[in-house]
Amino acid sequence: MHPSMRSKILIATVILIALAFYCVFNDLSWISAGRSYSFSEVWDALMGHGTWASEIIVRDTNAPRVVAGIFVGAGLAVTGAAMQAVFRNPLASPYILGLSSGASLGAAAGMLFTIPFIPALIVSPVLAFVTCFLTMVLVYSMARVGGSVRTETLILAGVAVSALMSALVSFLTFIAGDKLEGIVFWTMGSLGNAGWDEIAFMAPVILVSSFLLITQAKPLNAMMIGDAHAMDLGVDVRRTRLFVIIMSTVVVAAAVSFVGVIGFIGLVIPHILRILLGPDNRHIMPLGMIAGACFILICDYISHVIAPQYGTLPIGVATSLIGAPVFIYLLIRRKREVGWN
Amino acid sequence: MTLEVKGIQYTYGKYLVLDGIDLPIVEGEVIGILGPNGCGKTTLLKNLNKNLSPQGGCILLDGVDLEEMAKKDIAKKVAVVPQTNEIHFAFTVRDIVAMGRMPFQSMMGGQSSEDERIVDEAIHRTGLERYADRHISTMSGGERQRVIIARAIAQTPETLLMDEPTLHLDISMQFDALDLVSRLSKEMGMTVVIVSHDLPMVARYCDRIVMLHDHKVHAIGRPEEVLTVENMRAVFNVDAELLLDEKTGKHTVMLHGSLNRYRCVKDGT
Repeated sequence: MHPSMRSKILIATVILIALAFYCVFNDLSWISAGRSYSFSEVWDALMGHGTWASEIIVRDTNAPRVVAGIFVGAGLAVTGAAMQAVFRNPLASPYILGLSSGASLGAAAGMLFTIPFIPALIVSPVLAFVTCFLTMVLVYSMARVGGSVRTETLILAGVAVSALMSALVSFLTFIAGDKLEGIVFWTMGSLGNAGWDEIAFMAPVILVSSFLLITQAKPLNAMMIGDAHAMDLGVDVRRTRLFVIIMSTVVVAAAVSFVGVIGFIGLVIPHILRILLGPDNRHIMPLGMIAGACFILICDYISHVIAPQYGTLPIGVATSLIGAPVFIYLLIRRKREVGWN
Repeated sequence: MTLEVKGIQYTYGKYLVLDGIDLPIVEGEVIGILGPNGCGKTTLLKNLNKNLSPQGGCILLDGVDLEEMAKKDIAKKVAVVPQTNEIHFAFTVRDIVAMGRMPFQSMMGGQSSEDERIVDEAIHRTGLERYADRHISTMSGGERQRVIIARAIAQTPETLLMDEPTLHLDISMQFDALDLVSRLSKEMGMTVVIVSHDLPMVARYCDRIVMLHDHKVHAIGRPEEVLTVENMRAVFNVDAELLLDEKTGKHTVMLHGSLNRYRCVKDGT
C-alpha cells in the first residue's frame, strides 16, 4: 500500500472512532426538546449511580436504542458495500434482492395474524426474519436458470419478487383495520422497538456475519472489476457470491426484523468512504461499519429534535431525508466515481 | 510447463459447442485459435483455466487434470486477459495490477515485499509507470486492456490466455497490444494463447494457428499451412490470401471480400 494511503486510512479511522464516541454520547444524553444531560451525568447514569430520572432515561430508554442503532447502522453499511461489490453496481443497496419488502410482509403478517407456537410479542420480528430470508432464497433460485446465476438476472428477479411482496404488504395494510398504524410505522423503522432481549439476539448475529463478510473483501475487490477477472484470479465466484448474499441476508434480516426498514445507510455510507479512501473493500467494509453506526445515531438524534411536538420521527424517514440529498450531491459532484460517465 | 487438450467436448444445454478438440500447445509459442463467431473458441478458452468444465475429454496442466486442481492453483500458472469491460469503481492501476498476486496470498493476507517487487516489474514491463496512480475508471478501452495485461503478468504465469484482444480497440492500439504481448512472450518464455477472428492480426503475430470450424479442429499448423485460400474460404466464407508484408517481413492476410458478394455478382442479381 502507498504510504500516503496508509496515513489516510489511519486518520480516517481515528476521526471515525472519535465521531462515533461523540455520536454515542450525544444520543445517550437526549432528554427532551432543548434539554440533555452533561457528560458526567450520562456517565453516572450508565455506571448506576445517577439520579432516578437519569438512570431511566439514559440507561433504560436511550442506551438500548443507541446500542441497537450501532449494530443496525454497522450491519447495513457493511452489507451495502458487499452488495455493491457483488453486483458491480455503485447504486446497489442491501435491499437490492427485495429483502426489505420481504421482511415487511412477514412483519405485517405477524401484526395481523396469530401464529401457533410463537409468542405474540415476537411474532412480527420472527416472521420478518423468516420472510426476509425466504425472499432471498426465492430470488436466488429464480435466477438460477440452467445451473448458472448471472448478476443481471438476480437483479431482475429481485425487482419482480420485491414488487410481488410489496403488493402483498399493500393488501395486508388495506385489510389491517386498527392495526394499520403498526404496519405503516414498522415500514418507516424505529430503533425504539429493540430492547436488551432483542439486542442480545441481533448483536452477535450481525457481528459474526459482518466479520465473515469482511473476510471476503479481497475476492469482492476482484469481483468489482468483473466476474471473469475474479474467476481468472482463482476466485470461486459462484460460491463467494452465494456466501456473501447469504451473509448479507442474515445481517439485513437481523437488523430490520426488530427495527423495521431503514434506508440509505447501505447506499450512502460505502459511497462516501469510497470517495474519501478509494474502493478497496478491506478498508471500506470495516470503516463502513463505524461510519454506518455514526450515521444512524446522528439521524436518530435529529429524528428526536426535528419536531418534538409530534414525537420522534421514524428513523427510516430521517435516514432518507439526510441520505437522499447527500446521495444526490455525490452524484452531481463526483459523477465519474459513482459510474456516471 | 505443458498444457494438453485431449478430445474435450462441451455442450450448452442441447447445443454441442466443442466436439472432440485436441490441442497440443508448445511451450513458449504464441498460438492463435481462429474461427468465425459462434464456433466455440471462447468456450474453448474458458475451458483452459476451468472457468468451464468439459463434459468429455480432459485438459492436463503439467500432467495433472484441471478437474483435480483448485482454481487458485490454476491461477498461479495460467493468467487470462478477458475482453475489456467498463469498470465503475475508482481502483488505481496499481490496485488492479496488485490483484494479480491474489492467487499467491492467503484470504486476509496483504502484499509481501516480493509481491510489491513483482507488481512494480509488471507495471514497468507494460510501460504503465506514468499511469500507476491513475484511476482505471478514467481510462480508455486500450489503456484498460494494458492494465489487465499487466495484472496478468503480475500472476507470473506460464501461460497467458487472451480473449479477442483486438476487439473494440483502435487500430494502432491493436498493434500495440499484440506487440506488447509477443515481446513479453519472448522475454519471459511465456506461452500465449490468443482467441480471435481477426485473420490479418493472427497471421502476423502467431507462431502457430488452430482453425476451428463446426466445433471441430479444421486445420492446425504454421500460418502458411493453415491460412490457405481453401481453408479461409471454407471456414470464414471469404476470398482471402496470405501474403508476406515485405516492409515488415511478417505475414498478413489480404481480404478480397465475402464469397456471398461474388455469388451475387455471378448470379447477376
